[in-house]
Amino acid sequence: MADKTLIKVGYASCGIAAGAKDVRTLLEEKLAGTDTGAELRQTGCIGICFDEPIVEIHDDKGRWVYRKVNERKAERIFDEHIVGGKPVEGFLFHELSDGTRDPKYIMFKQQERIALANSGVIDPEDIDDYLAVDGYQALEKALKTMTPDEVLQEVMDSGLRGRGGAGFPAGLKWSFAKKSEGDKKYLVCNADEGDPGAFMDRNLLEGDPHNVLEGMALAAYVIGSDEGYVYARAEYPLAIKRLRIAIDQARERGYLGKNILGSDFSFDIKVKEGAGAFVCGEETALFASIEGERGMPRIRPPFPAESGLWGKPTNNNNVETYANVPWIIRRGAEAYKGFGTEKSTGTKVFSLAGKIERGGLVEVPMGIPLREIIFDIGGGIPRKREFKAVQLGGPSGGCVPASLLDTSVDYDSIVATGAIMGSGGMVVMDQNTCMVEVARYFLSFTQKESCGKCTFCRLGTLRMLEILDRITAGDGREEDIGELETLAEQIMGASLCGLGQTAPNPVLTTLKYFRHEYEAHIKDKQCPAGVCKPLITFHVEADACTGCTACKKACPTDCITGSKGVAHEIVLDDCIKCGSCREVCPTGAVYTR
Amino acid sequence: MEATASQVIDLIRPFKGQTGATIPVLQAIQTNLGFLPPESFDLIEQEVGIPASKAFGVATFYAQFRMTPVGKHLIKVCDGTACHVKGSETIITAIRDHLKLGAEQDTTDDMHFTIEEVACIGCCSLAPVMMIGETTFANLSFEKTREILDDYSGKEA
Repeated sequence: MADKTLIKVGYASCGIAAGAKDVRTLLEEKLAGTDTGAELRQTGCIGICFDEPIVEIHDDKGRWVYRKVNERKAERIFDEHIVGGKPVEGFLFHELSDGTRDPKYIMFKQQERIALANSGVIDPEDIDDYLAVDGYQALEKALKTMTPDEVLQEVMDSGLRGRGGAGFPAGLKWSFAKKSEGDKKYLVCNADEGDPGAFMDRNLLEGDPHNVLEGMALAAYVIGSDEGYVYARAEYPLAIKRLRIAIDQARERGYLGKNILGSDFSFDIKVKEGAGAFVCGEETALFASIEGERGMPRIRPPFPAESGLWGKPTNNNNVETYANVPWIIRRGAEAYKGFGTEKSTGTKVFSLAGKIERGGLVEVPMGIPLREIIFDIGGGIPRKREFKAVQLGGPSGGCVPASLLDTSVDYDSIVATGAIMGSGGMVVMDQNTCMVEVARYFLSFTQKESCGKCTFCRLGTLRMLEILDRITAGDGREEDIGELETLAEQIMGASLCGLGQTAPNPVLTTLKYFRHEYEAHIKDKQCPAGVCKPLITFHVEADACTGCTACKKACPTDCITGSKGVAHEIVLDDCIKCGSCREVCPTGAVYTR
Repeated sequence: MEATASQVIDLIRPFKGQTGATIPVLQAIQTNLGFLPPESFDLIEQEVGIPASKAFGVATFYAQFRMTPVGKHLIKVCDGTACHVKGSETIITAIRDHLKLGAEQDTTDDMHFTIEEVACIGCCSLAPVMMIGETTFANLSFEKTREILDDYSGKEA
């Protein structure tokens, strides 16, 4: 006798954005009206964001993953599969854009899931689901059979490095806070995922919040803290909601609060909502923000381990760092070191986005080449376009070119390219992305987000932005590249915190690998990628055009002539250079000059 | 104005005596009223004991806080890296054109829509995206954006 049929709806921000709410409502209504005995559950993000909304069915025949489900599909899936017992073949994962289907989950073949193990599998709002997959076992093991020193040793031995970007060894960091004198110590979890283009922490918190809480409790046990804070972005309302539900449930079951599991160890966690400031990802600025101040970084030393939040010894780690800890305690440091490289052990979560066929959330063992993540897991670039670069590490990181696609994904190899591992945002760029404009985009971001404390960061980023603005407007000057390099060096040397010290990275890496694009803008007044509007006009190559009308339909200003079977032409006077026509053209006939 | 002041007072009183309450106090006002009315700062000093200058300093530091009323529908259009690379600029143009907003104008004259550019809402694999109220719209195009706005133009908040 098979267990009852289980219907799982992916209900993280990505799924909801793609329309999971309507699908869920429809399925709930249908379930209520029929006597199938099936049960509907929500899960977090399974990582296949590009194919959301995802509906999974577990029945006596196995596990079936349906992709891009809308109400119409959901209706058929319900009637034919849940009621009729026959899966709807055509809707199953996974179909590639060239029409071929791969029923084996191609995206998962090269993945190893530690932090994401339960995301997309369990109901994040139900602690019993977490307990059923060995949840809070690590905490129980630690409190009942290990001293804080033994837990620390295990984390030290695992080689776990901070997943927020810099890669500082987590165990070593904990040992500093542990050694600090003081009766009151704080434990902080940095969930202020400010890098645009990154969503690892959002998904970890939306998909498996208890795992993060358990990791925090273990760290608190090591350093001797009784009070923790999760500082989360206000832009992530669902993550905050699920975190709060998880904290309440954990308290109710005695995994948080006084005398946890009957031990002498007491620890509780509060959630602080950020208010929108990128600089608060820097830990001393984050502490200032929790204290209710403007989020401005402080001079170090003293380091947070001695004087952090409210002047007390504090340990701060990123969400993903904590999310690895329960696994390490359950399975041991040796098992963890079985993944990754000698100096970068374990796995890393990346968010794949941009010009990529299969965008989503992936977790891979450290040390695999970038190429495998982008091409094998991510499926490469849509519409057979050419890969140009991948941006790693957000505004603090850099762009890695095609020639370095075989770079191993570990802290040291990535730093050697000029980028940084960062928190794990990977934004893929194709031939139609202008690298000068990308550098300008990041500088405009860091310039806006500079807290203003250090002059070089406050004004230097503005000067760099002005130069990049004029280069992309076609008014670049011969001396601009040299000036950018000088300013970059000065800003990096004269800024107090990571924001300023790394702000010039996007410019420096694009100058290093795509200098010719800067030169084309400045000397030839051309944008080779066809992005910078003052430098380009759009045209259709008549020979390559099949007259399919795709561009004509996409054009927001109706400035494309021609009809079915007749080559199209763009009326330049009315063209706003939005590039919509080029995006949709199936034959690549739209070009710029 | 009298009514606003008493509303603000009701919202912030529970925070009296709490440490580190500046941001939660401001968030409480904004969540309920949509913005921070100018008289909030003196009231925060009176009722919670946080100096008005400090509350104002914090309010102007963080991107979340606004000092002007918002329209019925707040459109948060994402200009994160992934959205940017996938053409968020076109979406922003579509919205601004369609709502006939001037260069420095963020709220329509009829107070129906307010547009706000945000750094990233974390739905990068569905870029470009925008949120209207609590609802997220993904994989936008120029045309799709205009249709969505039309759907909302007759809608109450």
